[in-house]
Amino acid sequence: MTDLAVLSGAGKRVRRAAVDWTGIAFLAGLAVVILLPLIVTAVWAFAEVWRFPAIVPQRMGLGYWQDTLSRNDVWTALWLSLGITTTVTAISAAICFPAAYAFARLDFPGRNLLFLAFLSVQAFPKFGLIVATATIFLTLHLVGTFWGVVLIQLVGTLLYMIWIPVSAFQGVDRRLEEAARDVGATPMRVFWSITLPQALPTLFAAILITFVSTFYETDAAWLIGLPNVRTMPMVMISFINNALEVQYGAVLFVFLWVPSFLLMLAARRVMGADAFARGLGG
Amino acid sequence: MAQVRLSGIAKTFGKVTALDAMDLVIDDGELVCLLGPSGSGKSTLLRIIGGFETPSAGAIAIDGVDVTGLPPERRPTAMVFQSHALWSHMTVHGNIAFGLKLRRLPKSEIRDRVERVLDLVGLAGYGGRLPSQLSGGQQQRVALARSLVIEPKILLLDEPFASLDQHLRERLRDEVRDIQQRLGITAVFVTHGQDEALAISDRIVVLADGRMQQVGRPGEIYAEPKTAFVAGFIGAMNMLDGLLADGEIAASGLRLAAEGSGPARLAIRPEDIALSEPADGRAATVRRMIDFGAHVVIDSALADGTHLRIQTDKAIRVAPGERIGIRVDRWTVFTEDGEPRRYRSDTLRSFRDVRYA
Repeated sequence: MTDLAVLSGAGKRVRRAAVDWTGIAFLAGLAVVILLPLIVTAVWAFAEVWRFPAIVPQRMGLGYWQDTLSRNDVWTALWLSLGITTTVTAISAAICFPAAYAFARLDFPGRNLLFLAFLSVQAFPKFGLIVATATIFLTLHLVGTFWGVVLIQLVGTLLYMIWIPVSAFQGVDRRLEEAARDVGATPMRVFWSITLPQALPTLFAAILITFVSTFYETDAAWLIGLPNVRTMPMVMISFINNALEVQYGAVLFVFLWVPSFLLMLAARRVMGADAFARGLGG
Repeated sequence: MAQVRLSGIAKTFGKVTALDAMDLVIDDGELVCLLGPSGSGKSTLLRIIGGFETPSAGAIAIDGVDVTGLPPERRPTAMVFQSHALWSHMTVHGNIAFGLKLRRLPKSEIRDRVERVLDLVGLAGYGGRLPSQLSGGQQQRVALARSLVIEPKILLLDEPFASLDQHLRERLRDEVRDIQQRLGITAVFVTHGQDEALAISDRIVVLADGRMQQVGRPGEIYAEPKTAFVAGFIGAMNMLDGLLADGEIAASGLRLAAEGSGPARLAIRPEDIALSEPADGRAATVRRMIDFGAHVVIDSALADGTHLRIQTDKAIRVAPGERIGIRVDRWTVFTEDGEPRRYRSDTLRSFRDVRYA
């Protein structure tokens, strides 16, 4: 055997990568805690008969879907939820994005204190805050109204709609803006043509997270909205609490969860995973 | 004509003085390098010229027009940034055309000018690509094209090649010099690389601690540094602490003719030292020899252990520990106050017969 043959033989030996048992255990734990309940609930949505001790449903079908989706209150609640969520997200973006830009780029007296004030909403027990707000809303005749729910849900969006956009604007390299001014752009033009497009993927991430979290919000919708304003999650809760068959709740769960899950997946694909990471300081 | 006149420019950040009362005139078509170590104020001065910083005192005039209070978008300047600062959401064409669109030029003219400038920087056909699809060198060419396309009176370059590798840096700096001379544009180039400054500039402004140390042509700065800082900063230099007395300076066992008295700094370029037979006050011990191919550098130790670098003929070979004699052909003595004094040996002779490999 020549020296060259020895060398080429040695080159073919590939070291096998070590098995990451910690990672696998972590993944399995996550699957049990998160995926399993989701799968069970999703199966319930299509199970017409599933009695103990059967591991799988005895009969599958779309009967409960027909019953649920033929109800007017479900569709009324869906459109109402979409209306409230869209309004909340739009108003929140209109208020928070300029504020986030100011926090990220401008230096003004009380900047840090104000920033803390915006985020401090999350430092208190949410339910207590809603109850306190409800007493004020009662005097303002906002309880049980569309705008009452919109206003209370706006408070809950501050964290995502300030924190993430502040990171987004801070993440835009100032030299990109300087380069634009250098070739003749005014500060306003720099914002529209450079800063905003650079921050846009992360701003979209903030909008998406806000939209989804507002859509599923229950505490504020329950205390401020009921009895007149019944959002989709409220209908789902009443179905779960009042109906003997769990299938009704499961159907609404799938009905609510699948579109938002697909939306999140699509957003990650379009915006890139790093848009979410950047927004959270990654 | 595009002349820049800086009058008494100063800049302070809180209690820190970044620039101190700077006067400078940059003539039409001239390429001036601002050279200095980190924190010397060179980038601050460039940013003041570009309008990104406001001077605490003084005035800037371009072609006789005071631009001190003008924002960057209203100055006839364009800057090439060290980080390229290309807009990743625009194509190469979009990046270059942005400044022209702001000037509301017709689309056909924008297209023609973008194509011309892409051709000028050697990137013809790259207009449709995104910055992320280009190499570092190509990105810097796009940044240069973006600045050139708006036809500024003054081109500002802030360490534009710092992030590139040595070969690319040398090639691009030659290209930039070539383009600058072809267009006859006035340029201010910031660098902390002395080689870059010596290779590219008409004049060099050496800065340290926010003050101008010396302004002059590259050869002049190299051969006749006015301060010990400039002597030590530009090119390789042996800087030795010594004492002036009895018509000579004694430093680390080395004795050379010099006038005056008291403490002083002795500056000797490695190439101004020749090898000879060891003699009193003219000897060193070889520590190691570095062969650069074109020349040899001997790292030696003087009597008190101070390092002395000697640049000599590529054919010469010495061994570590070997005792060698040295003959200094040129030296400069810097004193605390007063002009530097330059000396030259009048006993120049060939050293080729001394020792060869």
